[in-house]
Amino acid sequence: MTQTGRTARYTYGYRRSPDQDARAPARHPVIVVGAGPVGMTTAIDLALRGVKVVLLDDADRIGEGSRGICWAKRTLEIFDRLGVGEQLVEAGVTWKLGKVFLGDDLVYAFDLLPEDGHKMPAFINLQQYAVEKVLVDRVLELADIDLRWCNKVVALEQRNDGVRITVETPDGHYTLDTDWLVAADGARSAVRDLVGLGFAGVTFEDKFLIADVKMAAEFPTERRFWFDPPFHSGQSALMHRQPDNIWRIDLQLGPEADAQAEQAPERVIPRLKKMLGDIPFDLEWVSVYRFNCRRLERFVHGRVVFVGDAAHQVSPFGARGANSGVQDAENLAWKLAAVLDGQADAALIDSYDRERAQAADENIAHSTRSTDFIAPHSPAERALRNAVLSLAPHAEFARRMVNSGRLSVATVYDTLLATLDEAPFAGSAKLGAPVPDLPVRTRDGRSGHLLEHLSGGFEVLYVRDGATPSAPDGVKLTVIGEDLIDEQGMFAQRFDASPGATYVLRPDHHLTARLRSFDAGKVDAAISRALGR
Amino acid sequence: MKLVTVTQFASPDAAYVALVEARRGLSEPEAAALDAKLVLILANHIGDLDVLREAIALAKPNSASS
Repeated sequence: MTQTGRTARYTYGYRRSPDQDARAPARHPVIVVGAGPVGMTTAIDLALRGVKVVLLDDADRIGEGSRGICWAKRTLEIFDRLGVGEQLVEAGVTWKLGKVFLGDDLVYAFDLLPEDGHKMPAFINLQQYAVEKVLVDRVLELADIDLRWCNKVVALEQRNDGVRITVETPDGHYTLDTDWLVAADGARSAVRDLVGLGFAGVTFEDKFLIADVKMAAEFPTERRFWFDPPFHSGQSALMHRQPDNIWRIDLQLGPEADAQAEQAPERVIPRLKKMLGDIPFDLEWVSVYRFNCRRLERFVHGRVVFVGDAAHQVSPFGARGANSGVQDAENLAWKLAAVLDGQADAALIDSYDRERAQAADENIAHSTRSTDFIAPHSPAERALRNAVLSLAPHAEFARRMVNSGRLSVATVYDTLLATLDEAPFAGSAKLGAPVPDLPVRTRDGRSGHLLEHLSGGFEVLYVRDGATPSAPDGVKLTVIGEDLIDEQGMFAQRFDASPGATYVLRPDHHLTARLRSFDAGKVDAAISRALGR
Repeated sequence: MKLVTVTQFASPDAAYVALVEARRGLSEPEAAALDAKLVLILANHIGDLDVLREAIALAKPNSASS
């Protein structure tokens, strides 16, 4: 990957930490390496669960380029739980429609939010630096997070009960001990190198030009993708709206393109003019990429846990990079908190590996299929791809094969932590998946959504049937029909609820058990199981 | 094996002629494009991934049939 950076959007200062003057290495429960979206999500989620976190970043700035721009509903729901969801939705561009063109002709359109009544939209587009700024502000509000800029991990030693690291700063080196180290330091993870892990996978030969362009244009707010457009013959193109009159444009350049030469404005501007016509525009950011799909074999190595791009990498078609990273962070945070709190054994962290490896495999599979469709490997593959495209206007089955990126949705964990259904349940809620959102009214008459009323801990949703159940200690019990009113009948529908039906939610809002009637013993057992006990 | 390999056509000759006539007069790339479309259309009509995989195995250059 090569890129011409823009100047940093936000710069932060290095500050000396008292740990640097300590006689013996200071010990912390969790150190997170990397203050990108994934590292900051991990830190915020942990802090909200009462865990003190040291967050290290080797730079002093955020905002080198726009990079990730599409934030999926599940990610926004996580951000909302962390207290920044509404702010991000307000700042971003909300969209849910995708259109695929062959030449000038529309061949396929899709709506990414098939259910209504969700608080969060299917997607927003917002520059990664804008998301990072909001997350940094949130980090700075939380006393339990100690954010240290210009702190670079240069050595690492695994111990039985933790990790010892050497950190380089403008003031020299110092040593830290931690129970758990979370590596959120991106695709070129230094921690991964220090642990000595390979990062094998597939590199796609095709190169893609990615440009952010500022222009006052009134193109529709939807994801538009072209195969073989008249303005970029034989290749693909993608256009996406961002806030502040910024538009993301991806142009496929083919395998032979010279990455360095293609970034020169005198090469980029004529390409964009062919696409945009006479609209005046300014070039905000340009980069030429080759994509990788790869993952670590295991995400947990002793007390070092890898999240986000440090653990796995995908092509951008499908918005599965940053989104899956944020979902890694939330999967890990409650588990680490439970382990540090003594509620669960360290073995619970292995379930992070299993669940998020499943998600990574899904994301890599989808992203690989999309990239193979967009950039076929051989003339023979291209002929088949073109056959799909030419049939698409005439046959529904072919439209369903057109793959310009299958956009990120939450993974349904096929996990040992879940308790298998004893009785059948229909509805859009699925065991192992995050629970679907829906409109509710509170006892005092306020309208809202289910997800914003959920605690960050284990929670039992029970549909009133006249009994007086009690949840285990420390577990919130919400009575549907009393605490929350299912005014529009959507809870009944989406959860296939009947009087007495009982749902056990994990702290990350994934459904881990459901029963046709409340049973304290079974609820207790389901929670123990979800804690890996 | 789910794939049917005994003839299902009342007149196998007529079916073959229909396929031959479809490509008559086409260049090689045009015929390849036609074949690709036919494969997709017929695969979808069959709608069974197991059958499709068995058919692919039978058609592959290294299979016993060629």
